[in-house]
Amino acid sequence: MDTGRRRFLTLATTGVGAVGVGAVVWPFLASLRPSEKAKALGAPVTADIGGLEEGQMVTLAWRGKPVWIIKRSQEMIASLTAVKGDLADPESEVDHQPKYAQNETRSVKPEIMVMVGSCTHLGCSPTFRPDHPAPEIAPNWQGGFYCPCHGSKFDLAGRVYRGVPAPTNLVVPPYRFEGDREVVIGEDQAAA
Amino acid sequence: MAIVPNPYKTTGLLGWIDDRFPLTKLWRDHLTEYYAPKNFNAWYYFGSLALLVLVNQLISGIVLAMHFKPSAAEAFGSVEYIMRDVPWGNVIRYMHSTGASAFFIVVYLHMYRGLIYGSFKKPRELIWLFGCLIFLVLMAEAFVGYVLPWGQMSYWGAQVIISLFGTIPVIGPDLVVWIQGDYIPADATLNRFFSLHVVALPFVLVGLVVAHLIALHEVGSNNPDGVEIKKHKDPETHIPLDGIGFHPYYTVKDLVGVAMFLIIFVGVICFAPDGGGYFLEKPNFQEANPLVTPEHITPAWYFGAFYAMLRATPSMFGSALPGVIVMFGAVLIIFFLPWLDRNPVKSIRYKGNLTKIVTLLFAIDFLMLNYLGMQPASVLYTMLSRIGSVYYFLFFFLLLFIHNFEKSKPVPERVTG
Amino acid sequence: MKRLAKVLTAFAGVMLSGAASAAGGHALPYEYNADVSNVASLQRGARDFMAYCSGCHSMKYLRYNRIGKDLQIPEDLLKSSLMFTSDKVGDQIHSAMPVDKAKTWFGQTPPDLTLETRARGVSWVYSYLRTFYVDPKRPLGVNNLVLPNASMPHVLWSLQGWQVKVEHEGEHAAEGHHGAPLKLVQQGSMTPDEYERFVGDLVNFMAYAAEPGKMHRTAVGYKAMVYLIVLLVLCYLLKKEFWRDIH
Repeated sequence: MDTGRRRFLTLATTGVGAVGVGAVVWPFLASLRPSEKAKALGAPVTADIGGLEEGQMVTLAWRGKPVWIIKRSQEMIASLTAVKGDLADPESEVDHQPKYAQNETRSVKPEIMVMVGSCTHLGCSPTFRPDHPAPEIAPNWQGGFYCPCHGSKFDLAGRVYRGVPAPTNLVVPPYRFEGDREVVIGEDQAAA
Repeated sequence: MAIVPNPYKTTGLLGWIDDRFPLTKLWRDHLTEYYAPKNFNAWYYFGSLALLVLVNQLISGIVLAMHFKPSAAEAFGSVEYIMRDVPWGNVIRYMHSTGASAFFIVVYLHMYRGLIYGSFKKPRELIWLFGCLIFLVLMAEAFVGYVLPWGQMSYWGAQVIISLFGTIPVIGPDLVVWIQGDYIPADATLNRFFSLHVVALPFVLVGLVVAHLIALHEVGSNNPDGVEIKKHKDPETHIPLDGIGFHPYYTVKDLVGVAMFLIIFVGVICFAPDGGGYFLEKPNFQEANPLVTPEHITPAWYFGAFYAMLRATPSMFGSALPGVIVMFGAVLIIFFLPWLDRNPVKSIRYKGNLTKIVTLLFAIDFLMLNYLGMQPASVLYTMLSRIGSVYYFLFFFLLLFIHNFEKSKPVPERVTG
Repeated sequence: MKRLAKVLTAFAGVMLSGAASAAGGHALPYEYNADVSNVASLQRGARDFMAYCSGCHSMKYLRYNRIGKDLQIPEDLLKSSLMFTSDKVGDQIHSAMPVDKAKTWFGQTPPDLTLETRARGVSWVYSYLRTFYVDPKRPLGVNNLVLPNASMPHVLWSLQGWQVKVEHEGEHAAEGHHGAPLKLVQQGSMTPDEYERFVGDLVNFMAYAAEPGKMHRTAVGYKAMVYLIVLLVLCYLLKKEFWRDIH
């Protein structure tokens, strides 16, 4: 009995067989990714923001998730600096926004906020609470978003407060402006 | 309470498991120390291949069920959705549709093997009965599965097959409506067939396969010589002299069969998934339309022989029941083979020429009927179908006594080759 | 019981007629093998389908961006030259025609054509598009050789021109037509050869549309074959090695 040859053939067949099994498993796993239909339904959406008034919010669906667009007033923009001390990640260091929105207002234009409305804790959709003061939310509440599920708090740029369940800032989706009136959610703006 | 140590003296993790679960025992009883005759020939590949195809059907089926919509309005579209929009969906769907045909090819060959080598004879009657039940459930599984894509063939196939139950006296018409859950095959029918196809029947099928294998491993495998290897055991080890461990000898041998089978199977999936219009029939690319029967409609090829017998039987006393009895009878008579074949010799190798001839004729007859079932019923074809049907049944009765008119060869004591 | 008898009789009848048409199927006036690997032909076919067919016929299982990807058509060109009823590249091809109007115009809704070549066969579609002929007895004045009493008008007449049926087999054979007993009496904007190629492109595209994954599965198939042959050789050697214990 040639044990060396037998060993070699056993190992070779096992190895080649394992590659084959992997090649069969792959299509099955790949088939569970979003289908072309899901991708078509998740295509970029265009919102008309021409009629948006200061302080007003519209919600639309992109890839099935709520996306908020808010036209921030000067007072709202000013509040972003006022709450800075209470925030967990005021400089937006966690990569939850496109590079072009990594700034104080987390937006391309300071007055237009675009945000995925899903809490970064467990995915509930926070409530828009521009009213202030609201001591039942926070003593220094300047307006923001409050998650009814587990009490997470975010400011008007979606930045998370310290000491709440949500670990990170809300997500800013890729988006770009098409003229003055339209914003396209789901497409990056061309490199400036 | 102290654990009784396992008799295999395994240690470590395996030992821990063996003290609590018969892992090593199962491994030895069913693989390394399951002694199979050393003279299996190529016919013996089809058992393990049937198991392989079953696994293929289960896995591809699970994924298809994740994408398929079991409703009359959406089913057809969801199949095209799988074919186009789901990543790799086309390959997975073809694995399943080709797998259905492969299943029947393999199972028919497996059954013929059992027939020619007498694998159904004492003490293997129960293996044969479990096998027949598997075949019956497989037919049901294939039929309800064929309805699911909701194409024209699905629909009209369902219409015809369900109508068979309408021929049962008195309760027939009500039974048909009850099976359909509607007055025609409709949304409710598709929905319940989906449930049967993905839950109930696979469950029964797998259970029967386990029973089939337990029975096999209880009495041991037959072989092309039809001699019992347990008659000659090593006096010391009690291992049959002509037996070899299933693992590694037959596992490595079956791997060769698997590789050869996969070349053909994958070839069909990738290069000819329609199977020339037999594995996927043209009219099934049109969505079901209860108002229009397609021009050329046939049952799935694997039902061809049984369908030919149904069609060949003329209606009697104003009833189509005889045809239905003949068709189901053709399946049921296979169950009785262990008691119909009275030949004391098991393997065809040592049977007389008469038996060899009638058995070969039976195979040709079955293939002919299968072909005829796919063809339009012309006068000639109907006549051939009738002759074929009569012979199909006649064969089983010939087995009762035909050996009295021939001279068998002496059966050796030990396996040859 | 009567019901089954009826169904079976209908079945037998259908089979007989099926045999007749299958026999006719073999005797289709033209045989054609679709070539879905010819991207240039598929592009022309896609353009022609959208221009001449998509007004009435949908391809409701095929998405524009799939065509773009498989036929190597960039998105802007896709939008400007192929997409008439939609502006989203992920959409499927729907026809411009309202269903209720179609019924009154043609007596039936024009069928969806995504799977037509798989349901009827490539040669059938090819023959159908080439064998319209003038028949004053029909409401629209045209008939078709492979689909008698078709309710579709000859929308490609401006390209092909008009054909008439030749009654005597000998006559058309003598005139050197290859397949159909039809004679071109008035040529359209294309020569017969150009029209033949036009229909070929169209049918190639329809065959592609019926199974866009075909190229992918055959490509997978070649790789799998190479792999399986290696596996077979290894398994065979392994088996031989182990079985030396036995013989």
